[in-house]
Amino acid sequence: MSGHPEALRAENIVKRFGQVTALEGVSISMRQGEILGILGDNGAGKSTLMKIITGFQPPTSGRLIIGGQEVALRSVDHARELGIECVYQDLALVGGLSIYHNLFLNREITYKGPFRLLNNEAMRQAAIERLGEIGVNIPSVDLEVERLSGGQRQAIAVARAVGGASRILLLDEPLAAMGAREAGAIIDLILRLKQRGDLAIAMIMHNYAQTLDIADRIILMQRGRITYEKESAATSVQELMDIVRREYRAMRAA
Amino acid sequence: MRGDQGLLRARDVSSMRRAVWDQFHAFLRTREASIVIVAVVLVIYFEVTNSNFLTNANLQTLSQTIAAWTIIACGETMLLICGEIDLSVGQVFALAPFIMYFAHDAGIPLVLALLLALAASGVIGLINGTITVRLGVPSFVTTLGMFYLINGLTLTISHGSPVETPGSPEFAAVMGAEGYAEIAWAIAIVIVMHIVLRHTRWGLHTVATGGNLLGASEAGINTNRIKTGNFVLTSVLGGFTGILEAFRIGSTDPLAGGSNIMFLAVAAAVIGGTALAGGAGTIVGGFVGAIVLGVLRDGFTLEGINAFTFDLIIGAGILVTMLSNIHLGRLRQLGGRS
Repeated sequence: MSGHPEALRAENIVKRFGQVTALEGVSISMRQGEILGILGDNGAGKSTLMKIITGFQPPTSGRLIIGGQEVALRSVDHARELGIECVYQDLALVGGLSIYHNLFLNREITYKGPFRLLNNEAMRQAAIERLGEIGVNIPSVDLEVERLSGGQRQAIAVARAVGGASRILLLDEPLAAMGAREAGAIIDLILRLKQRGDLAIAMIMHNYAQTLDIADRIILMQRGRITYEKESAATSVQELMDIVRREYRAMRAA
Repeated sequence: MRGDQGLLRARDVSSMRRAVWDQFHAFLRTREASIVIVAVVLVIYFEVTNSNFLTNANLQTLSQTIAAWTIIACGETMLLICGEIDLSVGQVFALAPFIMYFAHDAGIPLVLALLLALAASGVIGLINGTITVRLGVPSFVTTLGMFYLINGLTLTISHGSPVETPGSPEFAAVMGAEGYAEIAWAIAIVIVMHIVLRHTRWGLHTVATGGNLLGASEAGINTNRIKTGNFVLTSVLGGFTGILEAFRIGSTDPLAGGSNIMFLAVAAAVIGGTALAGGAGTIVGGFVGAIVLGVLRDGFTLEGINAFTFDLIIGAGILVTMLSNIHLGRLRQLGGRS
């Protein structure tokens, strides 16, 4: 896996909120065509790390290297310009709008002219194409998002994120609250995106078995640090469980 | 050969019939369908029970009532869709013609005075919007305060007494005095606002703002700008309606408008399928809602129903219409689920 070019590297990221230290020197690396699984308890710092990579919050200290160059992300838009896209857990979809309007939300295709009217036909066609490219099957792009299942919504949110020139894709709990069949479809989608080869994917996960199935490499975060990192093939659910169990017993004893 | 043609024609007819049927079904699934049916039923009922209903004189009166509610409903619909409401618009309705009157009195040409009044209405909307989105005061409270503030202002500058609306009869005719002039303005505004809501980024972002505020801003939409803009729009439309009515009646009354016209406009929007919680609604629905309310009021008046029981019946009418509308909407959603 180390043969893949590096898309993003975070070095010694520290994030403090007043007295609370959320991240105590975290270093990760993401490579093109590779899926990184991020595991850890609530409050371990996973979401904070993600918010720093998406430019939502600046780190207290540490370096971010994207595509070989060190950058200080100014905003979410700045990160997006650099090809970093994120699918939040709330998905940021608008229920009352059609699938194609959601896919192009705030990046609408318009007709030329003084009124810049929406070119709905162009957006419909582009939406059908884009969903077809990544293999998402939806009966019609005219459907309102509120009529879709949780899995279909997740697929739409992912399709929106990988639409432009995205190079780095962050997924926050992409399989949360989903049935087995739905989760299977999303896993297939993520694996297809990996096949593209130019996309570095990181996903925050809770389920160890699913993570080991999908991810090439996993990291385990505990209390703001990375306590474990390994190729998925070289570890097991049992090993991960043992680490977490040890930690939890130590905390109870303390 | 001839038989083939006959067969073809028969197939054409049946496919056409199916196309019409499909269109009818598509219509039934739209948000406005149930309320359009209610409107048609009401018109038929009043025409059957009262021969004066579909006369030119009555239709003129009816169209003028509907026009005023419709124009204000266009603004309130946009605001409701993006998750806000404007209670003060009925007072802007009363204030705007006075601003026009005093500006004209001070020597400004009437057309400029009219535009000045609209600009002033816009400023009130801007204040409503700014207080609501920047200072985080719920619009219900912001515009409730503005309601009394504007009312006080109108009563103070007018000394509480009506004035004659300025301008030549020709200008007045175009601005609402001519029989169907006001409804023509209303329909023109409905068309423009329908295009704005359905076919521009502004309209799409208005729906997105009301449908998922956080999600819309995560997608990079400036939701504060959208909301403030729709407050300005509502106020300008409210002021414009007040001016139209002042020209139509020929006198400018400080006690015109107020809460009554505002609530009727909101009721028209909501009856027309606009969600009070935001995220969904149509301009055409608000128009049809205003028609239903207008027909109800006008029809009851023709039937000679006592003024005391009038509001009672209107209120019950609104509740029944809304209940059936919501109920039909739910059935439609179930039916349309794939």
